[in-house]
Amino acid sequence: MIIFDAVSVRFDDAAAPVLRDVDLTVGEGELCLVVGRTGTGKSTLLRCVNGLVPHFTGGSLGGRVLVEGRDTRRHRPRDLADVVGFVGQDPRAGFVAERVEDELAFSMEWLGLPPGVMRRRVEETLDLLGLADVRRRAMSTLSGGQRQRVAIGAAMIAHPRILVLDEPTSALDPQAAEDVLAALHRLVHDLGTTVLLAEHRLERVVQYSDRVVHLPGDGTVTSGTPAEVMRTALVAPPVVELGRLAGWSPLPLSIRDARRAATPLREHLVREAPQGPAPAADRATPSVPPPVPPPHVPSNGDDHPAGSAPPRRVGPRWLRRLRSRPGRAPAGGRHGERPDPALPRCHVSGLAVRYGSTVALHGVSLDVGAGEIVAVMGRNGAGKSSLLTALAGLVEPVSGTVRVSGVDPHAAAPASTVRAVGLVPQDPTDLLYADTVAAECADADADTGASPGACRELLHRLAPGVDDETHPRDLSEGQRLALALAVVLVARPPLLLLDEPTRGLDYPAKERLAEILRELAADGHAVILATHDVELVAELATRVVVVADGEVVADGATADVVVGSPTFAPQVAKILAPQPWLTVAAVRPMIMNSFPGYNPERCS
Amino acid sequence: MSRDGLHRALADIRLPRALHAGAWWLWALGLAAAASRTTNPLLLALLIAVAAYVVAARRGDEPWSRSFAVFLKLGLLIIAVRMTIQVLFTSAYGGGTVVVRLPELTLPEWAAGVKLGGPITAETLTLAFYDGLRLAAILACIGAANALADARRLLRSVPGALYEAGVALVVAMTFAPRLIEDAGRVRRAHRLRGRHARGIRAIGRVAMPVLQGSLERSLDLAAAMDSRGFGRAAAVHPRCRRSSGPLVLAGLVGVCVGLYGLLDGSTATAVAPAGLGIGLASAVTGLVLGGRGAQRTRYRPDPWRTPEWLVAGSGVVVAAAFVVAGALGQAGMNLMVVPLIMPDLPLLATVGALAALAPAWLAPPHRVRQEVPS
Repeated sequence: MIIFDAVSVRFDDAAAPVLRDVDLTVGEGELCLVVGRTGTGKSTLLRCVNGLVPHFTGGSLGGRVLVEGRDTRRHRPRDLADVVGFVGQDPRAGFVAERVEDELAFSMEWLGLPPGVMRRRVEETLDLLGLADVRRRAMSTLSGGQRQRVAIGAAMIAHPRILVLDEPTSALDPQAAEDVLAALHRLVHDLGTTVLLAEHRLERVVQYSDRVVHLPGDGTVTSGTPAEVMRTALVAPPVVELGRLAGWSPLPLSIRDARRAATPLREHLVREAPQGPAPAADRATPSVPPPVPPPHVPSNGDDHPAGSAPPRRVGPRWLRRLRSRPGRAPAGGRHGERPDPALPRCHVSGLAVRYGSTVALHGVSLDVGAGEIVAVMGRNGAGKSSLLTALAGLVEPVSGTVRVSGVDPHAAAPASTVRAVGLVPQDPTDLLYADTVAAECADADADTGASPGACRELLHRLAPGVDDETHPRDLSEGQRLALALAVVLVARPPLLLLDEPTRGLDYPAKERLAEILRELAADGHAVILATHDVELVAELATRVVVVADGEVVADGATADVVVGSPTFAPQVAKILAPQPWLTVAAVRPMIMNSFPGYNPERCS
Repeated sequence: MSRDGLHRALADIRLPRALHAGAWWLWALGLAAAASRTTNPLLLALLIAVAAYVVAARRGDEPWSRSFAVFLKLGLLIIAVRMTIQVLFTSAYGGGTVVVRLPELTLPEWAAGVKLGGPITAETLTLAFYDGLRLAAILACIGAANALADARRLLRSVPGALYEAGVALVVAMTFAPRLIEDAGRVRRAHRLRGRHARGIRAIGRVAMPVLQGSLERSLDLAAAMDSRGFGRAAAVHPRCRRSSGPLVLAGLVGVCVGLYGLLDGSTATAVAPAGLGIGLASAVTGLVLGGRGAQRTRYRPDPWRTPEWLVAGSGVVVAAAFVVAGALGQAGMNLMVVPLIMPDLPLLATVGALAALAPAWLAPPHRVRQEVPS
């Protein structure tokens, strides 16, 4: 039981309070989801619950927070450890022990539980979270999903009444996220634990929640049942967007409910567009590279005047653009069939990479042409990052060849590699080391021999309004990614690689990123992104490569690969299967034209 | 011991498990103390061989288990350095067999008039070799402990009053390797910006992000540890808490004095045992006082049973044998180099060293890491 009573939080150097007059009661056994854009105070709200705000972070707290009757003003986080379990954003940062078992037992030792109870609880927790076969493993050898489950186990093992989690599934592949959510679901239903959880990936969690707390960004908080809040929330998962668009009531939150409500819509779509969004003919014809570099889009009956700025909601327009865009070419086949003036942006054949005794990749072949946006998917540790690092020349292949625009990225000097390929690593902060944004941009210009100010200009296009004097580490996730992107793009590499770009990005930031990448592709760049984000892939990628156990197991047009896959299918595809619709944006025109349930007031 | 007790002890020895880290460290310290008491190369080689044999017989399959060879190589390096220094700065041994005569160079007055080069005698070389070998043997003993026991587990089994500090140290040890990992990542990222990550300037560019990153992460870690109850106030009486600190500190000083006396061998014979005894007593009192009333409990504390006693005991035996042999002035404990003689093996010390071989059979075998048997 958590009570926020007129709570305001203000940090010393901030102009406005992060939270303002928050009144909120979270009842016993509720699974409460906290949603809102980056920087609206989600983490602050969560950290209030176990007293990290203000005891650890500083700042001033007005009002009071009561947790199981204890006032956080007088109880430090360690004094609340027996009633609140807390899992931070990066579980790795909070690990204290070498082995799974010791990690789990840590908080019980400090709470002084009797040894017999500890033994029993550890065994129970190992079973509850499915960790029994890794109990003796070193923490550093665990996969992302296992790590997150250990962190949750360590937080709930002392049986606190409340569990607080900050973005527990952001870094996980879809399957691992399912595991974690299943474990949480079990805690709520079997043990009656109260769970408070912040998450950007609403599509994963909103269906499990009993209540949604929405932070619109001005420090206030609204709360209600998921259906109520989702009807108007600024951030919403695709299932909700589709529901709003089609005017379904009650608003479905899960795939199952949506599918049941979607029967008329499916029939309507079959009538209106029996072929689905992507005509089969398109996939049969050999792909045509887009004119290099086109001002915007090849005009093929476009209803927008050529040269106009792309609209913010790129509905039918980008869809048509997608259709005209080269799909995937079967590897190697394209150049045999028709002469192609441009070299492929990347050419990989028979690539094998190993680290010590671990074979990360073997027998990988891949060709990517100009204008393609390729999504590399697969579970954590499947070899996605290895493929990108090999393409960027950071690791030496054991066998096989890698060429980016004809350059061998590992053998070439770093200065010439960056002109052929640019990689934005998983943590963009790695790329940044200057004290200010301005210095970072100047360094990037000097490194690549670009004209002074080129990087700053790029940054302005990617993320307007970034202050020159800000320290790169103080930027928001989205801005930091934009800065890293600008630093990489200033060398104008024809091939751009992104490793997990959407981690920690909210929906609007993701949309902005998608727009940028689409523009780059239209400009003749090729983009390869390794990601777990199926919704982003559905919206953005022209082609999907699935990697498993170091091998490519599928390679084809996005719709061909993801529709029908239980893990990689986006929500819209699951709702409208067997028809190959992938995104709300694709369905929108069909609904707006003639669907009887369409309600223009209901959708933004 | 009754028949039952004997059976249980035997079963304890045979059943695979990890031996208490403290037992391994006591055994290794015993070996090291023994090594410090002799310059006889045969005895030193015997001690190294004993340590190596036990390591080979009882080490586990953890990452640190392979570290023994590193310590041996470090020992070789020490011998080489010691002998090089001896060659360069010839000491004042007058007579002896000249092996080679290096060109002589006397540094000017302002450099203290150090003499470089000159005649190298077999005696000085041998002395340097013995000296280096002794250091190498001590290092090998430490290496053996390191390979056989997880230092983290040792820290986790410190007494209650030091538990907080112990846990902090353990966490720091887990944290340190991440720095190296980070540095590698940042260096790779430099390549992505088209730079060579080498040279003096690159060090600063790599170090800054790594340090900033680790600072950020240590704040996260502190928050996580706090939320998990680390450092919850134990209900210790203030007077106990106040008196335990100075007692422990004084005790540790006493123990240091005692150990120094024990290792050095040239201090008055009464100082070492007295310092050690008084220091230990005071430290233990402090720890008991400080740990009283603490609410903490331990998850699966390492047991201390018969094999632990036997292993630690064998360490005590070898140290005692060498100390006694030295005190009795047995021939062959400290070799004269003038005149050069062939060393022989003093009986008492040899038997003592062989006693330290016992853990190869008396310690339980290492538990092979295996997941749930199917």
